[in-house]
Amino acid sequence: MTAAQPLLAVENLNVRFTGPRGTHHAVKDLSFHLERGQTLAVVGESGSGKSTAALALLRLTAPGAAVGGRILFEGEDLLGLPLDAMRRRRGRDVSMIFQEPMTSLNPVHSVGAQIGEVLRLHERLSSAAARSRTLDLLDRVRIPEPGRRIDSYPHQLSGGQRQRVMIAMAVACRPRLLVADEPTTALDVATQEQILDLLDGLRRDLSMGLLLVTHDLGVVKDRADRVLVLHDGVKLEEGGTAALFERPHHPYTRCLLAASLHAGDTPHCTERRLPEIRIARDAAGTPSFALEVPPVRPRRAPPRTGPLLSVRDLRAEYRTAEGVFNAVDGVSFDIAPGETVGLVGPSGCGKSTLAKTVMRLVPASGGRILLDGTDLARLPDRALKPWRRRFQMVFQDPYGSLNPRHTVHDSLDAALVVHGVRERLDRAARVKAMLDRVGLPADSARRYPNEFSGGQRQRIGIARALLLKPSLVVCDEPVSALDVSVQAQILNLLAELKEEFNLAYLFISHDLAVVRHIADRVLEMKAGRLLA
Amino acid sequence: MPDPARLLRALIHPLRPRREASPTTDFLPGSESQGHVLWRLLSHSPQALFGVAVLALVAGTALTAGWWYPDDPLAMVAPPLLWPGEDPAFPLGSDSLGRDVAAGLVHGAKVSLTVGLVAAILSLGIGLTVGGLGGFFGGALDDALVRVTELFQTVPSFLFVIVLVAIGKPSVTVIVTAIGLASWPVIARLVRAEFRSLRETEFVLAARSLGYGPARLILREILPNALPPVIVTTSVLVATAILIESALSFLGMGDPNMVSWGSMIGDGRDQLRTAWFLTALPGGAILLTVLALNLVGDALNDRFNPRLRGLR
Repeated sequence: MTAAQPLLAVENLNVRFTGPRGTHHAVKDLSFHLERGQTLAVVGESGSGKSTAALALLRLTAPGAAVGGRILFEGEDLLGLPLDAMRRRRGRDVSMIFQEPMTSLNPVHSVGAQIGEVLRLHERLSSAAARSRTLDLLDRVRIPEPGRRIDSYPHQLSGGQRQRVMIAMAVACRPRLLVADEPTTALDVATQEQILDLLDGLRRDLSMGLLLVTHDLGVVKDRADRVLVLHDGVKLEEGGTAALFERPHHPYTRCLLAASLHAGDTPHCTERRLPEIRIARDAAGTPSFALEVPPVRPRRAPPRTGPLLSVRDLRAEYRTAEGVFNAVDGVSFDIAPGETVGLVGPSGCGKSTLAKTVMRLVPASGGRILLDGTDLARLPDRALKPWRRRFQMVFQDPYGSLNPRHTVHDSLDAALVVHGVRERLDRAARVKAMLDRVGLPADSARRYPNEFSGGQRQRIGIARALLLKPSLVVCDEPVSALDVSVQAQILNLLAELKEEFNLAYLFISHDLAVVRHIADRVLEMKAGRLLA
Repeated sequence: MPDPARLLRALIHPLRPRREASPTTDFLPGSESQGHVLWRLLSHSPQALFGVAVLALVAGTALTAGWWYPDDPLAMVAPPLLWPGEDPAFPLGSDSLGRDVAAGLVHGAKVSLTVGLVAAILSLGIGLTVGGLGGFFGGALDDALVRVTELFQTVPSFLFVIVLVAIGKPSVTVIVTAIGLASWPVIARLVRAEFRSLRETEFVLAARSLGYGPARLILREILPNALPPVIVTTSVLVATAILIESALSFLGMGDPNMVSWGSMIGDGRDQLRTAWFLTALPGGAILLTVLALNLVGDALNDRFNPRLRGLR
């Protein structure tokens, strides 16, 4: 091994998937290298091929994927290794951690047994030796009370702790390369920071190379030595982090930087809209990128009358095996007509339950929900129906909130039928006008949800909510499941629609930057209560 | 109530694949027509193609039975115990009473398929109602329905059918009703489980927030999504019903005025050593039909189960 040899050198990596309807070229001629003890961030949006490339490094791509090129790890081509030689390297020399800590641990074994397994497998340690090393590792990933936690099962740990256990497993054999595929995406903002700090510390202590795969440029800024930007399987730009953030060369990188929100330096939506990425393709399919900031139209000052919605001492509870859990514990707030109220809080604080309780999707166990003075919390379902058109909801998951069995037209049309619009042509015209208003192509009505991208589906969800001309829209994390660039488009759309239809929003998010941009006023929630 | 035409469209829609978000297929464009989907399903699986072909043959035979053999298949028309091929007028031979085996097989197909289909539809109807209502509303109604389902499930279904047929008279109607009553718990449990998980999905929440009533939620939003596994189970149910009817007839508890594959086996077993074809021919027909139904069920399962779809 020569001193000049990098830890990892990837040369012309190509990954193709062949399906029944054609071949998908997921990674195209990707080359990069990573030195010992350094961090390389691979940044891209969904479908950019970043996860596929990461999996290819460990030869873990799905069966049927054709992987070409060379992956030189300490000078040895991993793609040329026999399968069992490759298997011996996984977990010992090259390790990986995944996005979803909820599902990447085996629920029927204790965490100690799962970490110990790695040590017994690769280092042939005895049970006792493995256990003491496991305790060290749990301490190293800063799990409190390792002596007690070592015998816990995954469901007894929080999401952040599970991710720490995953990291402990990955670094158990002191690998020289750690591949982290979106390690913090499923976690709270506060936990994200801790996990990233932990990875950074381990990289230094063990002088590992760290390949950090992420969609979030914000994560990368202070932690990566170099950044590589992927789009559609193609490397667009690669460079030192500081240089890339200061002088991004490629327009797409500039777009990503501009579109990612940061608490503090993002203007409110009434001052400036978010920049949107426009990707145009020429005849040969070569994309070109442009940045566009939609104009802010002068805003009508909403007449400040009494509150549209008054929530008073609202309570909602869940009955669990351990007893009654107060998810919403005496919450009171007002929303004026045309006002946007943001609601932030860590996961599990009861924001979503609050939204569903206000929507009367979950029964309130106490308190009042006054819409224009009428208490909705007490109305029976039948009496509630005429009120339903006044308050609507936009859901978080654009994949789950549309019935996969109905065309877009059928989904929207039924809402009008239920609310007594008898004339067929009238309904069709209103559906078409609303789809047009949220920026969907004219033929969308005939299509099924699976034919749309995530951003388009969220537009359908918004169209459905606005079809009945509500005065209040509850948005439960409407952009958290979307890519950065799509997020900007949806936020701009929501801001525009609000002004056009004089909507009031209750806007729920875990992301303070998003809420600061869109909300006139921010409420903070913790453990079922609003913080004063 | 929901618009019937639209409901029908949504109910047929499960035949289209429900594609889960997946990096390996999301790039693939476009939707495809119903016929195209069916064709692809068949052309990619020789087993399914075989199953559909056998079923089409059996169904075609059953429908044209009266045209092939217009006379009563129970009539004694030939010398007894002719071997197949011995007399060209009776290509599959005759039994100990001189009845034409070919005529029996052809008419038996009609009885077997009718019993299988009608019994399956009956248990599908009961199962969907019980499972759907229990799963959707939950609470006391669900508790009560689950108890009833368990009551039916704890009784061995074949014995249950025998008891019902013994109480009533052995006509095709009674047999079909008995089989239907004995086999719905499988469907009910499956439907209930599907309804319980679908009830909590976001698109059902969204529909509730639009003010949809229970009928619309059940029929329009949940049922079309719950159907794929139910369709798969129903295909197996048809096969089971055919087997139960054959067993009943074999025991001599079938409809005495109808020839069925089971009764032919029952009648032929006395000559098993001397004229084995009397048992083997109807036995082979049952075997092929049940096998075909199971193959089609497997193919439908592959189609609908997103976890298996990625592998092929």
